[in-house]
Amino acid sequence: MKPILDIRHMSVFFTQYDRGLRRRRLPVIRDLTLTVEPGQIVAVVGASGSGKSLLAHAVLGLLPGNSHLEGEILYDGGPLTGSRAAALRGKEISLIPQGVTYLDPYMKVGDQLCRGKKDAKTLERCRAVLERYGLGWDCAGLYPFELSGGMARRILIAAAVLDEPRLIVADEPTPGLDARAAERILGHFRELAQGGAGMLFITHDLELALTVADKVEVFYAGETIEEASAEDFQSPGRLRHPFTKALKRAMPSGAFEPIPGAQPYPGAVTAGCPFAGQCPRCRERCRQEEIPFQNVRGGRVRCLYPEEERR
Amino acid sequence: MRRRDKNRRKSTVVFLAAALALLAAVTVAGICLEDAAAATDFSRTNLAPSARFLFGTDWMGRDMFVRTLAGLSLSIRIGILTAAVSAAVALVLGTAAALLGPRADAVISWCIDLVMGIPHILLVMLISLACGKGFAGVVAGVSLSHWPSLARVIRGEVLQLKSAPYILAARKLGVSRLGTARRHMLPHLFPQFLTGLILLFPHAILHEASVTFLGFGLSSEQPAVGVILSESMQYLTTGRWWLALFPGLFLVAVVVLFALLGERARYLLDPASAHE
Amino acid sequence: MKHRLQFTAGKLLRMALLLLGVSLVTFLLVSASPLDPLQTNVGQAALGAMSQEQIGRLEEYWGAGEPLAERYIGWLTGLLHGDMGMSLLYRQPVLTVIGQRLSSSLLLLLTAWVFSGVIGLLLGMAAGWSRGRWPDRLIRGYCLLISSTPAFWLAILLLLIFSVWLGWLPVGFAVPAGVESGAVSFLDRLQHAILPALTLSITGVAGIALHTREKMVDVLESEYILFARARGESGASILWRHGLRGVALPAITLQFGSVSEIIGGSVLVEQVFSYPGLGQAAVTAGIGSDLPLLLGITLLTSAVVFGGNLLADLLYGAADPKIRRRAAR
Repeated sequence: MKPILDIRHMSVFFTQYDRGLRRRRLPVIRDLTLTVEPGQIVAVVGASGSGKSLLAHAVLGLLPGNSHLEGEILYDGGPLTGSRAAALRGKEISLIPQGVTYLDPYMKVGDQLCRGKKDAKTLERCRAVLERYGLGWDCAGLYPFELSGGMARRILIAAAVLDEPRLIVADEPTPGLDARAAERILGHFRELAQGGAGMLFITHDLELALTVADKVEVFYAGETIEEASAEDFQSPGRLRHPFTKALKRAMPSGAFEPIPGAQPYPGAVTAGCPFAGQCPRCRERCRQEEIPFQNVRGGRVRCLYPEEERR
Repeated sequence: MRRRDKNRRKSTVVFLAAALALLAAVTVAGICLEDAAAATDFSRTNLAPSARFLFGTDWMGRDMFVRTLAGLSLSIRIGILTAAVSAAVALVLGTAAALLGPRADAVISWCIDLVMGIPHILLVMLISLACGKGFAGVVAGVSLSHWPSLARVIRGEVLQLKSAPYILAARKLGVSRLGTARRHMLPHLFPQFLTGLILLFPHAILHEASVTFLGFGLSSEQPAVGVILSESMQYLTTGRWWLALFPGLFLVAVVVLFALLGERARYLLDPASAHE
Repeated sequence: MKHRLQFTAGKLLRMALLLLGVSLVTFLLVSASPLDPLQTNVGQAALGAMSQEQIGRLEEYWGAGEPLAERYIGWLTGLLHGDMGMSLLYRQPVLTVIGQRLSSSLLLLLTAWVFSGVIGLLLGMAAGWSRGRWPDRLIRGYCLLISSTPAFWLAILLLLIFSVWLGWLPVGFAVPAGVESGAVSFLDRLQHAILPALTLSITGVAGIALHTREKMVDVLESEYILFARARGESGASILWRHGLRGVALPAITLQFGSVSEIIGGSVLVEQVFSYPGLGQAAVTAGIGSDLPLLLGITLLTSAVVFGGNLLADLLYGAADPKIRRRAAR
């Protein structure tokens, strides 16, 4: 199927001051390539601070002013320029943000949902979408601080699907929710995908991602190091990158083994594999060479020595 | 963009030095010219500005440029004196309110509210009256009316520091009260205090000029800018605009310079600005 | 609701205590003055020509003989009965003088207060919106310049430009000279109030504009603005629906809290324009050591300032949804 979102070799740089006077370009996302097809949920999984949120901002055309984007983002076959993104935001492309801080604290929920329009048609749509998520019209009269965590999350989803978007970017939509509430939110996501929308689901929680995603992009220090189907995680022997394997093992359902060491900050590694410092199988070449993103067993991996398939 | 940002800290230091030098020059020149400022010469009265008399002359033939310089110098000196006294009062009362317990805090906070409740210029007027106007009146009036806002800042800052985890930790670790104050609180408080002090100058100078203008400050024999401008009022309708324009303009320039000085000093002393 | 009432009552009590403090401080300051009211008001020469008996009567009139505490308590009991004493200079009850002066000052103060608030808010929003670009630089430069300019010199400058050079507006006085006060039209009054009001409005803008700018910058960097943009809200919608909502409350609070500065400015400006308002009366009373009038004016202006602060507190409680909803519960 033709992808709704097609990101090709995208890099995002920040300009920063190093020790006050020197300026440098800090790559926060490096050479990212991924596609999202209609009806597909693509999870981007990475630790906090790995630059995932910027991916969401880049797709929406909302990167901050001191950043700089390279590479290509195609939406529905055409390049997603700044002006095109501006025209599509809130119509065909929508965002599900993290939490209640993304709502104006001084405005009632209903007014925010309707974006200031007061005509009967808009009101009817808002009422319908709230109902769809089990919220009554009375919650439109509440201020954000009066919402519970779960209610706020459902309102944010309602706000995102109000316009029947074709591409939904969900940026960490579940932290702070208990397992059942999170499960309910993911159920809504599945429903949206079944309705034909493509979904980019950004999260730090691999376990959660695997319950809904069709495809998982593993994000490490600003790079995608592996692209794997959800099934690949069912039989860990099919996974390709040592980090993905370690990540799988660190899951509560796996051996629950922590990964030793810490992820480097974006831009801290200038040459070679960013995982080299934590990799048990790291060799001399890994620290020096540019690591290509290569196709292995139907997925893709950024590793010179991908793991062999084991059964 | 890049070049200017790159040298921001350095250029700030250069600016600070230049501004200080300029203000010092005005102050010294004013002191030296004090006698010349009072010199009258009835052969050259009411001259419009020219190459010889840059700011013109008044009805007694006094050189307005020299008078303005002397007036600015006096204003700067009074400004420094009053700002220093104000800041010292603020420091003492602010820390006292924060450290001497709730009763002292209530009393001092009440005093702060009281002083802030009387419009500034009115209070300066009243204090100056109580001191019999003149130099002492102005200095007392401005000094005793400008401390509340800085005292409030310092009080808040000390209160916050007092309960800061690292201070509590230092106390637990057995560092003495004085030791914590000196090693952990002072370095934090000092930049706040210094910028507060510098930012008091503009207010102090403006209020000195204002209260003198109203007739509650320096006497008319002194070459104060407030006096100059007050006198100029009588000659406005007869077209002697230079009597009011230039002295006021240069007063504004001096105050702007002080305000910029405070702003830049804050920028330099603020550790957060290192990351901008 | 009960909580709100308690809060208000507590604030009112504090305000009354502060006003008592203000009156005492004012009283002590004026009484401590070494300046002899007789010499300043009657004149050295005239005093010399008077008999001892006459001087004694004058001294009694200016209250020189009575002990301090007695005078203060006497004044205070009068105040509780609604009597602020007689103005020594105007030879009228203080309340009458203040009433007349206030009615002409009020026009000036209110216009300046409203205009400086609205213009300051708009300028601050514009500066925050265009942070770092030229409109921001321009507005910040203007604020720096204005807050460094003495109000009385700005008044002189405007007088010079509009009255002396252009001749568009009258030079001074609230009413044309030599016209009976009953015959003065509203238009005349307005014409004479334009320049003073303009001066006060211009000087009042700086503080609120800079404050609003900071708030605006915070709002624009917030996550909820990011989400609003992500939902396709236009720039205008973000500026007026979210931006204004975020900055209006702090701005209004600040404006209510800065009544003191406008009153202070009016003292200077009225002096320059010979505008017969409260500020000018204060200066006259100060120079003439008219203790009752000075006390009355200081007390009144302080009451207005404290009242402004109280209103700011109450308004905050009424307008901030968090406090309001909690109070309603």
